[in-house]
Amino acid sequence: MTTTAARPAVAPRQTPGDAAAPHQSSRPRVRISGYLALLLVVLLVALPMYWIVLSSLKERPDIYTVPVGWIPDPLTFDNYTSVGGGVAFTDYLRNSVIITTALTLIQVTLGVLSAFALAFLRFPGRTVVLLVILAALMVPNQITVISNYALVAQLGWRNSFAGLIIPLAGVAFGTFLMRNHFLSLPTEIIEAAEMDGAGPLKMLWKVVLPMSWPALIAFTLITIVNEWNQYLWPLLMADDASVAPLPVGLTQLQNNEGLTNWGPVMAGTVVTMLPILVIFLLLQRHMIKGLTAGAIKG
Amino acid sequence: MSAEPITAAPLAVPPVPPAAPTARSGHRLRDVLVATAFLLPNLALLAVFTYRPLLDNIRLSFHSWNIASPTATFIGWENYVEWFTSSDSRTVLWNTVVFTGVAVIGSMALGLALALLLDQKLFGRNAVRSMVFAPFVLAGAAVGVAFQFVFDPTFGLVQDLLGRVGVESPAFYQDRGWALFMVTVTYIWKNLGYTFVIYLAALQARRAELDEAAEMDGASAWTRFRMVTWPQLRPATFFLLITVLLNSFQVFDVIHTMTRGGPLGNGTTTMVYQIYEETFVNQRAGYGATVATIMFLVLLVVTLAQVFVMERGRKQ
Repeated sequence: MTTTAARPAVAPRQTPGDAAAPHQSSRPRVRISGYLALLLVVLLVALPMYWIVLSSLKERPDIYTVPVGWIPDPLTFDNYTSVGGGVAFTDYLRNSVIITTALTLIQVTLGVLSAFALAFLRFPGRTVVLLVILAALMVPNQITVISNYALVAQLGWRNSFAGLIIPLAGVAFGTFLMRNHFLSLPTEIIEAAEMDGAGPLKMLWKVVLPMSWPALIAFTLITIVNEWNQYLWPLLMADDASVAPLPVGLTQLQNNEGLTNWGPVMAGTVVTMLPILVIFLLLQRHMIKGLTAGAIKG
Repeated sequence: MSAEPITAAPLAVPPVPPAAPTARSGHRLRDVLVATAFLLPNLALLAVFTYRPLLDNIRLSFHSWNIASPTATFIGWENYVEWFTSSDSRTVLWNTVVFTGVAVIGSMALGLALALLLDQKLFGRNAVRSMVFAPFVLAGAAVGVAFQFVFDPTFGLVQDLLGRVGVESPAFYQDRGWALFMVTVTYIWKNLGYTFVIYLAALQARRAELDEAAEMDGASAWTRFRMVTWPQLRPATFFLLITVLLNSFQVFDVIHTMTRGGPLGNGTTTMVYQIYEETFVNQRAGYGATVATIMFLVLLVVTLAQVFVMERGRKQ
């Protein structure tokens, strides 16, 4: 029996080809206004982005000219080499990579294991466990920070990676996403594997996961984006560059430089945004699948 | 991104199969042990860092407490009385309602408009789709820091564009109304990609032949949208309404980086920002816990309303 009969897992209709799109409007006036609207959209989204990059490439006096110069002249990378101006920006970058990697590995592992148990194993109280995990979705960490801060401070975990990572490691959304995907797998294959006497681990590894790549990639991407962008908890946990991730480093940079020296601050925001933007551009279709799963049906 | 799952899943829980016959009871014991091993770490983390603090908030909300101090003083309902009577919380509540309301309506209306536009056959639409979605993956803190300069009344992008049509830049950092406007616009700019993507997926999943049939019948574009397309978008609209409502209710990063809740003390302070400020800046963690508890009750009501509506829709 082949177990690699991978099928698109979540939200099958993502990017239908142009053939599936509604008919083309033949009236030229409608088409022209369509392109004008398109241009407006591009300006609204891209102009601020361009402005940020532009400012990061200008020499200091050129940032403070009126009217604004739209091309950096002269063009300089000094803001990037000096980004931080005493604030250790490479340290923030390293911390962001460490924290995001650790949290993604932990959350994806825990999410897959939890989802597997909820989808395939028979045990008492399964519905209650599912509800407990799902209800956690309703509790944002903005309202749990007070007590968690006190607990972590008491444990002496402030300014440590443990304090930044462990309190955020529980996973509700991913568990839900993977469980729904697992339940959509063809039951014949699962039952056949059970008949063959495959144990839970073997079944997860050899049967279920090979059929789950799209959902797994979506889950992983969403986790990476969320954890890279995490702000409030790291802000409370980390006082300096030893463990603070980029978004917090950016605030420290802003406090030191902002208002007087925007160049390095803009360079810092570009450094913070760029890695996630690259990942997004390469893998956006997978990510969108995860986000739209279950949203468009009633 | 997580609100729909909250409710869809409980409704979809398959009944637990009856206990296996005795011949397979070995399987069942093994299942129980494996399930425990698989679920325990996740459940333990959620119990300690999600449910425990939620309950602890309730206890703390009846205390006066400096978060750095080991002892808290019980003061009964005082924090609640203060929150419900102070003029400061009226401002905070107003800011929260305006920010959330404008963010929900603004990002949904614009997201739908963009989805309708980019569902058309236009040259370059795939590139523009990516571009519109991109800001959604950016860190709110980075967007906040960058947009602080974008809105700078002396050297920023907005003042430059306004200057071209002879308008002077508003005092975004001194005027309460303009400051709230600024953080709301920034948040919509960052999150527009989400409503856009959900609406686009819904449009692509709709039955285009209905639309074509209506056009054959000579229905105008507006009538086709109102009578044919819009009804098919209702599930997506309901999903977004709840999700964007819950998400924008919880915004902290954009506000903290752009205004620190100011100007004039509480010009852009929302409930989430108040929790942070009272607890960690003003050292009044008990009062912060009170605001957090009230906020949780609001989240609970919205979520239960969602479950109720979906349950009713399912029965029909």
